[in-house]
Amino acid sequence: MPGKPPARTSKAVDVASGSTTSDPLRDTDSEVAVVIDGVSKHFGSVHALQSLNAHIRYGCLTGLVGPDGAGKTTLMRILTGLLAPNSGQATVAGFDVVDDNDAIHVATGYMPQRFGLYEDLSVMENMRLYAQLRGMDADRNADLFAELLDFTRLAPFTERLAGKLSGGMKQKLGLACALMARPAVLLLDEPGVGVDPVSRQDLWRMVQALTDEGMAVVWSTAYLDEAERCDSVLLLNEGQLAYDGPPGELTARLTNRSFRLEQVGDQRRAVLAEALDLESVSDGVIQGAGVRMVLRADTGSEQITALAGRVDAQLRAVPARFEDAFIDLLGGGPGGTSALAEGLSPVELASDVAVSCRDLTKRFGDFTATDNVSFEVRKGEIFGLLGPNGAGKSTTFKMLCGLLKPTSGEAQVVGLDLRRATGAAKGQLGYMAQKFSLYGLLSVRQNLEFSAGVYGLKGAARQARIEEMIDIFGLQPWLSAAPDSLPLGYKQRLALACAVMHRPPVLFLDEPTSGVDPITRREFWTHINGLARKGVTVMVTTHFMDEAEYCDRVAMLYRARLIALDTPDALKRGAVSDHQPDPTMEDAFIHLVEAEDLADEARSGATV
Amino acid sequence: MNGSNGPRPEQRVPLEAMRRFDPKRLWALVLKESLQAMRDPSTLLIAFVLPVVLLFLFAYAVSLDVRAVRIGVVQESQSASAHSLAAAFAGTRYLNVTFVHDRREVADRVVSGSLRGFVVIPQDFEQRLANRGVQPLVQIITDGSQPNTANYVTNYAQGVVQTWRGGLGVEAPQAGVTLEPRYWFNAELESRRSLVPGAIAIVMTIIGTMLTALVVAREWERGTMEAVLSTPASVVEILIGKLLPYFALGMLSTLGATALAVFVFDVPLRGSLAALLLLSATFMVPALGQGLLISSVTRNQFLAAQIALFSGFLPAFMLSGFLYEIDAMPAPIRAITWLIPARYFVSSLKTIFLAGDIWAVFVPNLLAMAGIGILFFLLAKRATRKNLE
Repeated sequence: MPGKPPARTSKAVDVASGSTTSDPLRDTDSEVAVVIDGVSKHFGSVHALQSLNAHIRYGCLTGLVGPDGAGKTTLMRILTGLLAPNSGQATVAGFDVVDDNDAIHVATGYMPQRFGLYEDLSVMENMRLYAQLRGMDADRNADLFAELLDFTRLAPFTERLAGKLSGGMKQKLGLACALMARPAVLLLDEPGVGVDPVSRQDLWRMVQALTDEGMAVVWSTAYLDEAERCDSVLLLNEGQLAYDGPPGELTARLTNRSFRLEQVGDQRRAVLAEALDLESVSDGVIQGAGVRMVLRADTGSEQITALAGRVDAQLRAVPARFEDAFIDLLGGGPGGTSALAEGLSPVELASDVAVSCRDLTKRFGDFTATDNVSFEVRKGEIFGLLGPNGAGKSTTFKMLCGLLKPTSGEAQVVGLDLRRATGAAKGQLGYMAQKFSLYGLLSVRQNLEFSAGVYGLKGAARQARIEEMIDIFGLQPWLSAAPDSLPLGYKQRLALACAVMHRPPVLFLDEPTSGVDPITRREFWTHINGLARKGVTVMVTTHFMDEAEYCDRVAMLYRARLIALDTPDALKRGAVSDHQPDPTMEDAFIHLVEAEDLADEARSGATV
Repeated sequence: MNGSNGPRPEQRVPLEAMRRFDPKRLWALVLKESLQAMRDPSTLLIAFVLPVVLLFLFAYAVSLDVRAVRIGVVQESQSASAHSLAAAFAGTRYLNVTFVHDRREVADRVVSGSLRGFVVIPQDFEQRLANRGVQPLVQIITDGSQPNTANYVTNYAQGVVQTWRGGLGVEAPQAGVTLEPRYWFNAELESRRSLVPGAIAIVMTIIGTMLTALVVAREWERGTMEAVLSTPASVVEILIGKLLPYFALGMLSTLGATALAVFVFDVPLRGSLAALLLLSATFMVPALGQGLLISSVTRNQFLAAQIALFSGFLPAFMLSGFLYEIDAMPAPIRAITWLIPARYFVSSLKTIFLAGDIWAVFVPNLLAMAGIGILFFLLAKRATRKNLE
């Protein structure tokens, strides 16, 4: 499917080149496609957008960036005429979104989240439908169809049902449908979600070609690394515009404020905790064996230089990332000490291996979800399972913690097969399910009490543990609220509290940070790092590639198979090439997947 | 895409694409919906398999007739006439009789439910017979926990006694009037004949309301409604495009159910097919409108299914006169039935199948169904404005 290297170079190179010079596309003579003038929108008492002012230009890829709940989708829907602003006005391609509503639908192409495809129609039927809805005669536009199919590389799949396409192919089909009748303005709502990095790469190539033609493209995303690839960025936070301009200009504010402590090795979690508690450090994350830090504005590097000296590691200045700038804009990340881990005594296990599986296989009918996966996880390790949607992460995960019966092979946690084990053995693990799985009809306090009860905490100990959780996660104001009414960040805290209340030696986290803003994600990882330092074994799945950096080792799953298992640094080293001297986790992932695809082709070629 | 830089996008907006109603767009939507319906096994199941199952169920399994009711006959008298009456009980096909000589034997079996009641032919039967109706001839005891059956037992038993007495040649107790009941339209009093036409109304409610509510809610749930609303297609086109295929499906299903009723279940169709189609088509208006309204308000398949069940299917089942007679309902409930479109359809269906084309019945029913339908559509149109608020 993908094959060719992307038209645009990876973001690592972009940043390295320090693109602080103003982009030619930002020149004042390029025409304005979208004018947003004092737009506000509220739903009941929730203010989704607050007096927003911005311009979007033709021939320019504009990123609409912000965490979930920032107001991105609301703005998108206003621009496509699906929502009317409460005050202010917006024009798209010269038409007012309210007064010229019909014209808006003609002038814009819109791909909603999840792509808006009919899953029980074939690729061609979807394309014909959208062509006809946009007033085009599908039969007389055979050349346009051919062009779109070629452009999206979907030509071999025209008869396939859309529901049977992979996430990446669905996204391309959604794009092809939105491009019918050549809209002047193309709006893509979170096109990168649920799509593997390889397909995302392909999409960037297509969008680039469109903007080169003069189309205005708006790309909304919660992935901050995607922002760096846009010509211009509208950064939204809680309904307000936090930044408007080229991403390079924002990151340029952080010049000489980003540093990395190289090769800290086993101490990196302790070092990160210490660094985050320093006054001059605004933000820090783990990157493989190193620790990446961002200094607060107007502070010197003395404190971190001293830290580097103490731990005997080399301090290196690194280029700033968009995420650094975003965190800085919001006033920096949380501190490095986890109150949760502080109260924990070190974990003792009989065996050094906390989790293991051998030849683990799961089939659903003739579909293999997990294919012969084997690995061992040591005590106190943070072990990541990485892969695109549908690669088999969750299936593998569920087999490990006894929620799913393997077709063949074995899985053990703390030496026990959880499928056959008693409740006491299951008390040895904490599980945080995808989307947090809280009980919506119980209040926050009742959720805590329920979890405490389920894990057999009793009497005074139970009360003390619940109070401890309320205190650590700041749940006091929300105790009688329903979990669904909590902000996403608090939901995640509550889910974590429920999973760790009984102090399990092994913790399973399934996509724990999905949809959560970067600051809350950092706070979450502070806790996880703290727990790991106390010897808690953490198994985690994630589709945030940069989060894989927190892991000691990462297992890459692709098409149900384990294609790589190593430390993040080693995986990244494997992807080093001439045009990628400093690859990211995402680059490493793309590299591995492409190698796997080549190997697959070779294998199928050999059998022919 | 091709590299040619066309004119500025503002000038590219074709005016014909901005028309409010375009038959080509409508056709594209109808085609899409039909393809989806044909590929979705659950749609076909609901439209074609469910009606057949329901019709078979109402034709064979559900029966309001009582046949071969198990009763006991207690022969306390051993006289010849008592024997002759007992033989008369044994001879009816509606009763399945157990003969005993002591009422204690059968009383326990009524308590345990193995008998529905019993008839006592008392010791002084000859005397009573001679007294000509001053005293009742026999005693009938029934299981009142099943009132319907109890009534049947009483009526059948009385009927048997009366017929037997008539056959004796002695003059009847009241020489004047003899009652000879005749049942019009359904002379055999077969409940199948009134249930099967009514079942067509149930099937149409399921297709019209439930299926429509589900498929529209599905579009909201899967995000395709948002995508279609962002194209130049208008709300009217989208709604008609959604409903037309299900209208056709409903009509097809009616034809199928009618064929089944007439050719398999021997229910007569005394009215004309044209009138039947007109009635069905008119009933589809409120049924589809209700489905559309439900899904526009909930935008969630599960909720839509629940609400369709409670506001569409159950009232059509319980309050339409399909199973329970409306005249027998308490006044407040009877008032509610006026709001239920299935009520008008069930009454029309029973008329057209069992009586014929009685336009005095059809016209008010047609008007009522159309009126309720239009109300639903107006509400649904308000709920589905061309935006997501």
